[in-house]
Amino acid sequence: MSDGVKFALGRRYRFAASHRLHSEKLSAEENSRVFGKCNNPHGHGHNYVLEITVSGMVDPATGMIVNLTDLDGFVLREVIEAFDHHSLNEEIAAFREKVPTTENVCIEIYERLKHFPRARLERVRIEETANNSFEYAGEHSADRQAV
Amino acid sequence: MVYLTRKIEFSASHLYHNPNLSVEENKRVFGKCNNPHGHGHNYSLEVTVAGEPDPVTGMVLDLKELKEILEREIMQRMDHRFLNYEVAELKGQIPTCENIARVIWNLLEPKITQGRLHQVRLYETPDLFADCYRNGASRT
Repeated sequence: MSDGVKFALGRRYRFAASHRLHSEKLSAEENSRVFGKCNNPHGHGHNYVLEITVSGMVDPATGMIVNLTDLDGFVLREVIEAFDHHSLNEEIAAFREKVPTTENVCIEIYERLKHFPRARLERVRIEETANNSFEYAGEHSADRQAV
Repeated sequence: MVYLTRKIEFSASHLYHNPNLSVEENKRVFGKCNNPHGHGHNYSLEVTVAGEPDPVTGMVLDLKELKEILEREIMQRMDHRFLNYEVAELKGQIPTCENIARVIWNLLEPKITQGRLHQVRLYETPDLFADCYRNGASRT
């Protein structure tokens, strides 16, 4: 029965942000070839959907893995306030060096949220548009899932 | 291994209240979910079964059979019900998404005899879901 099962909680958030895909390591032509219109000089934006999954024990007193107020507050402070209605290239320090593809945005958000004290961060999933989504579950996720 | 998922929707009401906590604590912990007359959601349930396709039928399990199990075990029990008062399996528990997912897992697990129940995902709203899944399973 439920002894051999795990519990996780998923929560979706939204932020709107702009970015430009451009690498200093590539020539103008190569940037244009690799990134296409995502390399346009003044950038463009998306309505990102951020899905966070955390796991843990269900507290018998509350029936919850984590109180949503705590999770929402943490995600708001660590991610949404910094990302929403901002330029990822200009205003998020990690993207001074790295190209703000949604792959890299997943990794950056995972790094910001992995210290959440009240539950274990399982994965970060981002929908860049309704047709594209990306997931990151930490460096050792492949090992962990194979257990 | 092949994973098969079937989705159903049901509507139900609930409220969060722990009789061991004071009125103030209940309010603080559960917020508006503690309002005394309850409130409701359109729940969306995704049930995933893992298995190898049968060489003769090509199926992990017959979807018609899964549909009937979900109708009998979940829809008839929970659809258009007040979860706190009308679902015996939730008696004494706070009917959070996590606990409802656990009850659903426990109801379905023994009934699914072809393939193996792999995951129950219950959406309370499009932005909030709970997963209950087999510990150590290779796909989450």
